[in-house]
Amino acid sequence: MKQPLLRRILLAVGAPVAAVAFAVAVSSLVLLLAGNNPITAFGDMIENASRLETFVDIVNEATPLYISGIAAAIGFRMNLFNIGVEGQYLIAAFFAAVVGSAGFVTDLPGPLHVSVILLVAMSVGAAWAGLAGVLKVTRGINEVISTIMLNFIAVGGVIAALLVRFADDTGATNSGTTPLDESGRMPSLNNIVEIFTREIGKGRELTGVLLIAIVVGIGYHLFINRTRIGFDFRASGYNPMAARAGGVPPKRMILYAMLLSGAIAGLVGMFEVLSDKGQYSQSFVRSIGFNGIAVALIGRNNATGIAVGALLFGFLNQSSGILQITESATPEIVEIMKGIIVLSAVVAYEVVRRIRLRDEARSAAEATERRVDPSLEGSEVPA
Amino acid sequence: MTDTMTAPAAAPVDGDKGGLYATYAGLSTPIRWMVAAALGILLLTIVQTISGDGVDVLTAPGTSGAMLRFAVPIMLAGLGGLFAERVGVVNIGLEGMMIMGTWFGAWGMVNFDSSLAGVIWGAIGGALGGLLHAVATVSFGVDHIISGVAINLLAPGLTRFLSDQMAIKTKEKLDAGEEPSFPFIWEGGSITQSPRVEGLPKVNLPYLVGGRLPGSDDRTYNLLGEIDDANIFFVSDLAGFLEGLFTQLSLFTIGAFLLVPISMFILWRTRLGLRLRICGERPEAGETLGVNIYLYKYIGVITSGALAGLAGGFLAMELAGIYREGQTLGRGFIGLAALIFGNWRPGGVMLGALLFGYPFVLALRDGTGQGTHALLLVITIVLAAVLVVSIRRENTADAIIAGLLAAVAFVWWILADTAPNWLPNTMPYVTVLLVLVFLSQRLRMPAANGQIYRKGG
Repeated sequence: MKQPLLRRILLAVGAPVAAVAFAVAVSSLVLLLAGNNPITAFGDMIENASRLETFVDIVNEATPLYISGIAAAIGFRMNLFNIGVEGQYLIAAFFAAVVGSAGFVTDLPGPLHVSVILLVAMSVGAAWAGLAGVLKVTRGINEVISTIMLNFIAVGGVIAALLVRFADDTGATNSGTTPLDESGRMPSLNNIVEIFTREIGKGRELTGVLLIAIVVGIGYHLFINRTRIGFDFRASGYNPMAARAGGVPPKRMILYAMLLSGAIAGLVGMFEVLSDKGQYSQSFVRSIGFNGIAVALIGRNNATGIAVGALLFGFLNQSSGILQITESATPEIVEIMKGIIVLSAVVAYEVVRRIRLRDEARSAAEATERRVDPSLEGSEVPA
Repeated sequence: MTDTMTAPAAAPVDGDKGGLYATYAGLSTPIRWMVAAALGILLLTIVQTISGDGVDVLTAPGTSGAMLRFAVPIMLAGLGGLFAERVGVVNIGLEGMMIMGTWFGAWGMVNFDSSLAGVIWGAIGGALGGLLHAVATVSFGVDHIISGVAINLLAPGLTRFLSDQMAIKTKEKLDAGEEPSFPFIWEGGSITQSPRVEGLPKVNLPYLVGGRLPGSDDRTYNLLGEIDDANIFFVSDLAGFLEGLFTQLSLFTIGAFLLVPISMFILWRTRLGLRLRICGERPEAGETLGVNIYLYKYIGVITSGALAGLAGGFLAMELAGIYREGQTLGRGFIGLAALIFGNWRPGGVMLGALLFGYPFVLALRDGTGQGTHALLLVITIVLAAVLVVSIRRENTADAIIAGLLAAVAFVWWILADTAPNWLPNTMPYVTVLLVLVFLSQRLRMPAANGQIYRKGG
């Protein structure tokens, strides 16, 4: 018997909705405890988000998160936990900014200049992640430990050592690399958006890196679902033994996955390098790597799901600002909400997965029962 | 699995001693460790002598005392990891639980004006994180790493929210004459840090370093101090090193180190321990014997959180004297590395923590970079020893890697006068990776570790 359509739809949509509802409920409780009115607070958040300028901010914020989420998801698909997206994107952004501002590259025409920067970023990210891959494949070191250690080494070691050498002005409190020329920047997408809307005010610029993010998302979807190697990825993540028996070399797959994940991670920092800041500085934006992992979990490693997760996180990050201004709630509530959403989302997905398994087992049992020897009847169907 | 303790740190260093090694291997475990530690200090002393007068930071009494203190958070986190992974639950959330511990420890100390309350609340804070992890992984069967990552995301947000309430919102409300929603206040604290907090009392051991006996005001004989002052090569250095260990020793530190034999005893000599361990090895077999696997997994994971919380409490109260946002610096993860290094055994965790804590000390105390520079020579010598052992064992891959790395470290040592200022800060993480490169293939984790267990599955 096929499952009713309604039930299937409810199960698919139910989990994320339940997770968000649960997070809203818990946060409301916390807000009440803190003496704030949750309805005013959430009202302010939503009202703020419905403005065009805030929407641009949200998309800008979601763009690197999305790329970071995809990078994490590539690993997750193979049961590889690349916790090192954080270090990979920072070290990639640093080298991309250094090479991008070097003399021989600066003279290149616009598109080529940007391409060189992107290429450097992807290669450095891939190399740094690949290191963890090599350590896992050849020395059996768990990638969770090695990528975390590599995060610290990237920021505290490599970048700290080299930033002094490539800094534009070493005396500055926030020293950074030489800013890129105009040719090394992605144009803003304001003009395209303004075709459909009113003019975007307050100097907001929709980042051109959004285009890269979209390409990455589509590419990821096609790669995982439509290519042979993508299938091998999923296969060895799902059941490495079976995949190996089917001729998929597990070690090579691990290495490929880490390299690819790192290459995508390298693009995360581009929204700042290719913007009008055009440099890597000490105040370069951090923790997108860790948030990207969260976004990938919310989105169930699915290209569209990750986009929803990234926008949700972008919305929450933007909300912390408005809560500070209106004082309707403490801005820190946003951080708590993020944590709760991730936890409740993964729990909800697990519950739904179990309900599905049970449904499947039941329908399989019903389908076979009619043909089965009557003496076997009454034997229990595993719940 | 045998019950003998292995000392992985000692093996590579001493493996090249031939006949001597056989004698060494025949010694009882505690004595083997002492010999290994003495050899380690001998190595540091020799290097220090080669490096010249300016460098005494490697074995100065202050360094050894600090080494002990810096090892404690890593060790407690590692023991936390031990209890979780022995019941088969991977705990990447140690870092988050440690963060909870730093905040709750500081809060308990300030609010109840008692360091003991701080210790207890630190453990409670961490245990709350552990409970959350247990609910997600044991009851709901969520992937262990995913749940851990989520807890690591949640913890800093939660502590930040709570600090904001304590330090700012409560005061604002009291000033406005309103009833505060959290009736606690952090005078002088802010969103990112607490007021100053104090640790447990400190003691000097009597006779060894001249501490006072209970109920007496007189100093006892300072044996180690006398030997240190006598300036005999190595002997005095050893005495100085030991002097540092037993001077100004916090009761918290003593308690933390006592947890090592206690964990050993609980896990391997009691019924409770057997039941905990079966959850991590063969939960199905345990279930057929009537062991309530879920219950013991909960016990293990909550204990794990409490230990990580203690680690955080120690960090705030003893090491820093203040709760500061982001002060854990990945020590929860290094605790996991110490667990792996220690082959999922309490004694090994302790060794790993001492080893991984040492570079943190140098990062703090070695302002000139000379100590870290000298450490490059130590690393060269250790890697050379690994090289020799690998050749004897005909392990070509290990030999090549060790040889190359030793060459790099040696050339660096020759070419530079002092280490650059970023090197000490990176050393802890590099050490972890280096050690795992040579060890991780020889280790054995609990058989069912990381697997999701369903009752009756």
